Amino acid sequence: MAVFNLTINGKKHQVDVDPTTPILWVLRDHLNLVGTKYGCGMAMCGACTIHLDGEAMRSCSLPVAQVSNQKITTIEGLSENGDHPLQKAWLEHDVPQCGYCQTGQIMSAAALLKDNPKPSDEEIDAAMNGNICRCGTYIRIKAAIKTAARS
Amino acid sequence: MTKTKIASGRRSFLRNTLFAGSGMVIGFDWLAQQSLAAAKDSLALPKEWYDFNAFLKIGDNGLVTIFTPNPEFGQNVMTSMPMIVAEELDVDWKDVRVEMAMHDPAKFPNAAFGQFTGGSRGIPSKWDALRKAGATGRQMLREAAAKAWQVPVEEITTSNSVLQHSSGKKATYGEMAAAAAQIPVPKEVKLKAVKDFKIIGTSHKNVEGPKIVTGKPLFGLDYKVEGMLIAMIVHPPAFGMKLKSFNDASVKGMPGIKDVFSFKTYNEGQEKGGFDANAFPELVAIVGNSTWEVMNAKKAIKAEWEPFATYNETVAGFGGNKSQVKVPGGLENSVDHLAKMKEFASKPGRVVRKDGDPEAAFKTAAKVLERSYSAPHLAHNCMEPMNFFADVKGDKVKVAGPLQAPGLIEPTLSARLGIPAENIEIEMTRMGGGFGRRAYSHYMVEAAIISNQVKAPVKLMYTREDDMTNGVYRPAYYATYRAALDKNNNLLAFHVKAGGIPESPLHANRFPAGAIDNYLAEDWSIESNITIGAFRAPRSNFIAAAEQSFLDELAEAMKKDPIEMRLELLRKAKANPVGKNNDYDADRYAGVLELVRDKSGWANKPKSKVHRGVAAYFCHASYAAHVLELTLEDGKPVVQKVTSAIDCGIVVNPDAAANMTEGAVIDGIGNALFGEMPFKNGVPEKTNFHNYRMIRMSEAPKAIDVHFVKNEMSPTGMGEPPFPPIFGAMANALYKATGKRVYNQPFLGDKQELGM
Repeated sequence: MAVFNLTINGKKHQVDVDPTTPILWVLRDHLNLVGTKYGCGMAMCGACTIHLDGEAMRSCSLPVAQVSNQKITTIEGLSENGDHPLQKAWLEHDVPQCGYCQTGQIMSAAALLKDNPKPSDEEIDAAMNGNICRCGTYIRIKAAIKTAARS
Repeated sequence: MTKTKIASGRRSFLRNTLFAGSGMVIGFDWLAQQSLAAAKDSLALPKEWYDFNAFLKIGDNGLVTIFTPNPEFGQNVMTSMPMIVAEELDVDWKDVRVEMAMHDPAKFPNAAFGQFTGGSRGIPSKWDALRKAGATGRQMLREAAAKAWQVPVEEITTSNSVLQHSSGKKATYGEMAAAAAQIPVPKEVKLKAVKDFKIIGTSHKNVEGPKIVTGKPLFGLDYKVEGMLIAMIVHPPAFGMKLKSFNDASVKGMPGIKDVFSFKTYNEGQEKGGFDANAFPELVAIVGNSTWEVMNAKKAIKAEWEPFATYNETVAGFGGNKSQVKVPGGLENSVDHLAKMKEFASKPGRVVRKDGDPEAAFKTAAKVLERSYSAPHLAHNCMEPMNFFADVKGDKVKVAGPLQAPGLIEPTLSARLGIPAENIEIEMTRMGGGFGRRAYSHYMVEAAIISNQVKAPVKLMYTREDDMTNGVYRPAYYATYRAALDKNNNLLAFHVKAGGIPESPLHANRFPAGAIDNYLAEDWSIESNITIGAFRAPRSNFIAAAEQSFLDELAEAMKKDPIEMRLELLRKAKANPVGKNNDYDADRYAGVLELVRDKSGWANKPKSKVHRGVAAYFCHASYAAHVLELTLEDGKPVVQKVTSAIDCGIVVNPDAAANMTEGAVIDGIGNALFGEMPFKNGVPEKTNFHNYRMIRMSEAPKAIDVHFVKNEMSPTGMGEPPFPPIFGAMANALYKATGKRVYNQPFLGDKQELGM
């Protein structure tokens, strides 16, 4: 066990955990930030996507010891009141079916739009291809990203 | 469970963030958010709630709580079911809040299907009850108003949560709720005419949308209570194996590990129910403080496994029919499965239906078209792996988590722990996908057994690998179709012989049965120890692909347009049906074909380099047809557009139903192209998403255009019917693109290009 100081959603946190613990489980088990989801544990599905200094990262494969001063943003911290343009667009397009993958989808999309405010279809595909939606809401996800990009 | 709760915290999620002994610093932002949310919520909460019935309570300020009886896994019943109650109550939708009901057979009776979300039966099975619940509430409000205003009840009208009389008297539902709750429940109520629907038939947003997009705790895996431990299981690496021994010495000392033990999933001689699928009767449980610690111990544990011998077990199906089921010993291979299926396909099957004299017709045929189709086992791969919370205290059980059919698993849990059903409380969380997998909730029983052993609340979590390799798969299937044609390419006879491991996908009385004078349907099945279960449109999801591919090839042999050929058969089935028990409505079937033909512009030639395929199917009491258009880019099929036509009766929530159709289309294309769970020596060869290929955004159709047939029939299935025919539409479009027919799923598998 070791003590780690983390900056998550703009706030400082201290956790005492095994250094190999992935950030995903630090968030979910130790900090009760459960909006970040477990899907595969090997960075193949994107359900656990967070931002590390603004970059989309798969938190299931990111040991806590590898995060030093970088800022972590989770879905809970993406916006103050759940009103990020993507969150609003997601509701406008009524994207979710089961909803489980959607926070990861939104986090991947937010990182995309930050770097590329007006992505083409191909760029959206490329950025979002790591996020599986088993319910098959891909068309609505893409439409919501485009709506958010326009706003 | 019948108490009226006023507190806003309807679930015990994350009640306390402090874990005993973990010694960590807590993040407060979540707690702060919760209290903000609670404060906001409480402003809108009434001082008093008044219970009207199982589905409905009304607050003194006019807020209406509608309980949704069936668990939600994405088909949007949590929105559409309350919409039905709200419609008949005549309440303003903005005054409605929705809560997931607890499992309660007394409140929500309906035999085994009580609160079952599956089989596309959610809305159809609750349609009347939901309408009556709303209409009853409205009637009680009207009677209370009539009494208060001393006017005949017939003169009281309602609109948008307001009661009104021509004298000018007015009251809101909230104002009249206390008095209305005292009115005796009417025995009969008048329901609205379909033409008067204001809420039903108009798109309403998912009521849990805001929580989903902000990452609020909704799912089973998010469930937490104070002092809760994490549990995982270790199951045999192969079907056909059982536990021999395990060594817990190295694991017990690992950090955070509380206990390691083996347990039997059923009691000795315990009779199984029809949904008690479980391949592995003995498992090893690892229990500890945190997920990561338990995951590490799970990797470290040493266990030995051994093959089991063939055994029989008693399974009780619906209606109490008991049967002996043989579970064969042995380590099975998909390669052998296919060989065995081909062998069975070459022998006479069990005749399920015979019309006319098909044998004679085939003998006299000028031409016989014969084709065989196969599909492998599939894993459901719900995005949220199987998990459940359990807290067993003495003879009381609290369980909470994702499951489709609480009423089907409760008796199993009760029998296994020897605790009466009335002492078992089942809370249904939102599910991260279901697709049939969560109708088999053995993991809930496992969680309760573990909690009972460690005397603490536990959350059992399957890793992705556990989820993918623990069974309940879509069976492997095989079907052979034959058609006899005369020299003018007229259809003389039709023969289908289909089977699978371990069940046949045959639906002998579906189209084209009834449309062909000489018709023969046979089935067969092969025993297996690989556990199978319902997978979105069970059996239909394969047989539709085979049949619709064959009809396409048959239409070509008959030199007919594939839609017109089907319509001709349907006209015949309507005008002069052959045989009995044809279980489809020829007009409605033709209706979706005509609609998809018109909406897809089928009469026009496809654009350059665009290749089209059509397919239709009837299952779960609904009709669906698709036209799929694709191009080939570097040998890879790219679906440009799918046009869908659906007849599911009244469409309760049109945009959500369109979403469901889009999802079914994408799911179907993904499974048709990539879906496969192969076995080698009993071992599931795919274990996670690195080798189990799932359809991704770049592979999804660029557009899906969904159309519904408008009618006033009571709603029928929606979650499943659009799924089966898309496999056929895909196969038929691939043929147009490549000139080669595809017969064996998956059409692409792990390849990037066709024909590689």
